[in-house]
Amino acid sequence: MQKQPAIITQGLTRCFDEITAVDHLDLEIYPGEVLGFIGHNGAGKTTTVRLLNGVLTPTSGKAQVLGLDPSVDGALLRQRTGVLTETPSVDERLTGYENLSIFGALYNVPAADLDRRVADLLELFQLSERAGDRVSEYSKGMKQKLALARAMIHQPELLFLDEPTSGLDPVITRQVHTLIQDLSKNGDHTVFLCTHNLAEAQRLCDRVAVLENGKMVALGSPAALAQELWKGVHLEFETAYDALPGALRTLETLPDVYDVIQGEGQPVISLSLTYREQVPGMVARLVEAGVPLYRLTPKDPTLEDIYFALHENKPEVNR
Amino acid sequence: MNWRAIRAIIRRDMLAVTRSKGVLLPLIIVPMLFMIILPGAFGYFTPIINQLPGGNMSEIELFLNQLPPAMLAQFEGYSFDQMMIVFMLVYMLAPLFLIIPLMVASVVAADSFAGEKERKTLEALIYTPTTDLELFTAKVLSALIPAVSVSLVGFLLYALTANIAAWPTMGRVFFPNTAWVILVLWVAPGTAATGLGATVMVSSKVNSFQEANQIAGVIVLPILALVVAQITGVMYFSNLLTFLLGLFFWTGGSVLLYLGARTFRRSEILARG
Repeated sequence: MQKQPAIITQGLTRCFDEITAVDHLDLEIYPGEVLGFIGHNGAGKTTTVRLLNGVLTPTSGKAQVLGLDPSVDGALLRQRTGVLTETPSVDERLTGYENLSIFGALYNVPAADLDRRVADLLELFQLSERAGDRVSEYSKGMKQKLALARAMIHQPELLFLDEPTSGLDPVITRQVHTLIQDLSKNGDHTVFLCTHNLAEAQRLCDRVAVLENGKMVALGSPAALAQELWKGVHLEFETAYDALPGALRTLETLPDVYDVIQGEGQPVISLSLTYREQVPGMVARLVEAGVPLYRLTPKDPTLEDIYFALHENKPEVNR
Repeated sequence: MNWRAIRAIIRRDMLAVTRSKGVLLPLIIVPMLFMIILPGAFGYFTPIINQLPGGNMSEIELFLNQLPPAMLAQFEGYSFDQMMIVFMLVYMLAPLFLIIPLMVASVVAADSFAGEKERKTLEALIYTPTTDLELFTAKVLSALIPAVSVSLVGFLLYALTANIAAWPTMGRVFFPNTAWVILVLWVAPGTAATGLGATVMVSSKVNSFQEANQIAGVIVLPILALVVAQITGVMYFSNLLTFLLGLFFWTGGSVLLYLGARTFRRSEILARG
């Protein structure tokens, strides 16, 4: 039996005067899923997070988050969600320890567990040694880690992360990625990941929702979205330099092959075919023509390709 | 009401206040001036000045004799020096005392409401499972508790300083009188509520601690009017007048806080950006 969605929105809309920040958003997100919410600045990501946490009321439409209506049961809902805001929003006059322990109390973490929970998170994010220092003395990355730890202090079922790795070094970024993957894998934690970092979204997200001017223009796994945008199979093969002219001539004779592009400065050719069943025939023809094939790899569109194709409304894979 | 969460916010705001020199310094310097230095100087130096050669005491005597009869009745049996001390320490400085709760409440509230917006720490608080009312209550108490505490401590210091400094002249404990007790326990919290309410209203319109503090500072004008009225003998702090003054401040403070609570809605704060 399929689980109840963690988030359901139907026609969710929020206007600010003349501006429609979120425009008839229809979403279903399931427990344990990592959903990437991607879009440019002002696309409506932050407003959506606010609506889903009951800190903003919708102009129209409705939402159900963890079985609760955010605009009615906001306080109850926020007990079960954790939010990392775009700016770390940590109190710089307080120490790292104080920031976490005070928010632990605010999130009703049992007093008996609070110290251990704070210590564990400080350890996890490698902040233990600086726990007693004021946050004003922390680096940008340390503040971001502290904010992330704060969002997790009450072990929320649903995490909203707005640019979680912004300002973090590659080592910590990898740790955060692993943490997000573990959260969704091990428990039924659902992660709502707002990001500009398309590589991060591609790596972490089960599905992505692409937002443009408040409207969701696409929803699905990167592979499914690519399939919708670009029919066919995309390949890249490597040959010898002196075999390149022969290879190009052979490909010209094959009617199912299109979008043939020669790599700059490399003996590499990328191409598209309508169906995967056409791949063996194409390979056979190249071999017959004496073209050596050193490498043949699928060349799936990246999330970046998908994102720009959706925003520019033209299906052109960036190779 | 989630009192644990409210206590946590109060603790957070108080830690933030005590760790900011810009906020903390006025909270130390102004009470020290009004509660220790002024009463100490007036209590100790008044009789000395009176005895200086060339001192024209007849004009002051004339002024004192023109005070309202009810006030003059309070001075019965006092020598001229004692009259001067009682007039200054019991009556003249009484309205100035009200600046303390007003200022402490305004400064802390400006830091807690507008300062939090400036430091961009409000958003994290907004996502906590507190209700708007709990958040507002916590922030109001964060300013009210220090205002009332500083007033009480200031009053004790004032009483101690006034009695010690004026001991050579008075020869007994003369301070406080009933009006001062009403002033401290009834009027001062009301004044704090008024300063707090005004600052909350101003803070909803501005985005920095300095702006909120400066604009809300206008609320000190009624206090200055009281000081002038007291010095010129237009009025004096009788028990009834002191009680009514408290009622005035509590009413004003309650109205301002009610209006402030109505503006303190998560959705509106975020919508205002």
